[in-house]
Amino acid sequence: MAIEVKKPGLATSVQDQGRQGNYHLGIPPSGAMDQMSFRAANLLLGNEETAAALECALLGPELTFSEDTQVAVTGARMQPSLDGEQKPLDTVLDVRAGETLAFGFASAGARGYLAVSGGIDVPVVLGSRSTYALGALGGLHGRTLQPGDLLETGKPPPARPVGKTIPSSMQVPVSREREIRVVLGLYDARVEVQSLKRFLSEPWQVASESDRIGYRFKGGTPLNFVPREPPFGAGDDPSNIVDACYPIGSIQVPSGQQPIVLHRDAVSGGGYMMIGTVISADMDVFGQMPPNTSVRFVDVSLEQALQARAERRQRLDGIRAALRG
Amino acid sequence: MTETRYTLGGDEHLFVELSESMNLHAFFRSILITQRLAARDLPGVTEICPANASYQVRFDPDILAVGDLQSILEDIETDLGEADARLSTRVVEIPVLYNDPWTHETLMRFRERHQDPDSTDLEFAARVNGYPDIEAFIEAHSDTPWFVSMVGFVAGLPFMYQMVEQSRQIQVPKYLKPRTDTPKHTVGYGGCFSCIYSVRGAGGYQMFGVTPVPIYDPEQKNKHLSDFMIFFRPGDIVKFRPIDREEYDVILEAVERDEYTLPTAPVEFSLEAFEADIAGYPAKILEALYGN
Repeated sequence: MAIEVKKPGLATSVQDQGRQGNYHLGIPPSGAMDQMSFRAANLLLGNEETAAALECALLGPELTFSEDTQVAVTGARMQPSLDGEQKPLDTVLDVRAGETLAFGFASAGARGYLAVSGGIDVPVVLGSRSTYALGALGGLHGRTLQPGDLLETGKPPPARPVGKTIPSSMQVPVSREREIRVVLGLYDARVEVQSLKRFLSEPWQVASESDRIGYRFKGGTPLNFVPREPPFGAGDDPSNIVDACYPIGSIQVPSGQQPIVLHRDAVSGGGYMMIGTVISADMDVFGQMPPNTSVRFVDVSLEQALQARAERRQRLDGIRAALRG
Repeated sequence: MTETRYTLGGDEHLFVELSESMNLHAFFRSILITQRLAARDLPGVTEICPANASYQVRFDPDILAVGDLQSILEDIETDLGEADARLSTRVVEIPVLYNDPWTHETLMRFRERHQDPDSTDLEFAARVNGYPDIEAFIEAHSDTPWFVSMVGFVAGLPFMYQMVEQSRQIQVPKYLKPRTDTPKHTVGYGGCFSCIYSVRGAGGYQMFGVTPVPIYDPEQKNKHLSDFMIFFRPGDIVKFRPIDREEYDVILEAVERDEYTLPTAPVEFSLEAFEADIAGYPAKILEALYGN
């Protein structure tokens, strides 16, 4: 089965669970930014939970299908339509050969996930089909989709009953105001105590240049640094460190100005100090934050981070149980 | 002696700073500790990333508790002790067209982001490091070999640290504001590190030249990339060789036909021997490439 890309949307890419093992050479994990929504779309269709899907940022693509199939759309509130007829989100949809699937603007959230029965079949590169556009690696020709692209799909599982739906209690919450939990550390001691407290007390807005590499924030007060003699090799700016590896989710603040949270297409290292790291349970949230979303960073302990991680796993297990069979 | 600092990167990363300032001892400990950790094949460890003077381990906290991981790393570091740091590695010659037309065009486009808009990056770097002209500066950059002390930022980009006394090391500030464009294969400089941009894109390092040799290619079209799409590894030793435009074009054509052989030789490096003879030891390393 082939899917033809009529219109590519704003930034549509093939993504799955991501890759690991080569971050030390600068290859980031990539993969769906909102893993929960991505996995739910596959579970709806009876696909492998990590089958490759399309991640559609803000403005979805327009696609036609060469054969009858089933699809599911999860994540951002981007209303799908088939040949102009509106269809529901978070459910199994039948698609007929020749029909055109289109999407409305994201009315909430930022990334829709389109799973297709059998998954998107592009070559597996370093253990994943995910697109890493900066390195022209993986996905379809290492880039976001373009008009005229053809996508193949894998062997479909048995068809699912149309209308099977994710229980509303398990749908990913999308909201214009978010709390992001953070474990402080790394180079937080470079920042004056009162300045760090203010950073955590102020609302920050998602800046428009945010993408899969990193989310940028504006609107808060710049940081004040503890005075120092620059260490050899670090650089003169008070936010410089000797170039080091960046954790996924780490919050760097170049020159103390605009915080950047690195996400799944992260630059793997560099010379800016980081004040802490977003907990693993809250990384999915970034995938659903459009520009101007208001965020507060909340510091939590490692124990709280691990508790949140366990709760996230329970929520995913709940979706698995609800959609099995 | 030890100033090792362990700090959490959320619930999935342990970040270990070996030294706040750059030095070869910290770099070697980063390489040796991460090599030994990798050899243990510890369940739950997913990424082991050596860096210039630090390293980072990513792990699955459902499988491996961070406290246990830290204990293991502390044991590995204690075991290293103060013994001579030795590394079995390779030395590689990278041809560079310094003062090339492509980085020149790019640096002129971004002059308003530079601390000295009236000089080129090479002129600025030569002056702030006390060299009389760019020829003398290029000689200083290309005469002695470099350690690849970290690979990353983007896929396959090597950070390199010069094998000379600290007082002779080139230091150049980064651009005041990063560029949005850097030509592919630009040889750059920031802080005390040289680098080679593996892909075209944003960057803040000063630009000195370009190499015709690809160092990252997901399609692995060249034989020096046939084993893996990324050429460099932390611990590699690099010697830059200045070339002219004619040789640049010859090498580029050979690369396109996959007829270019990147000069590479295995070599043993001893930190103790290097520190005993910082001026003379690098020449011995280069004998592996060039003979006596």
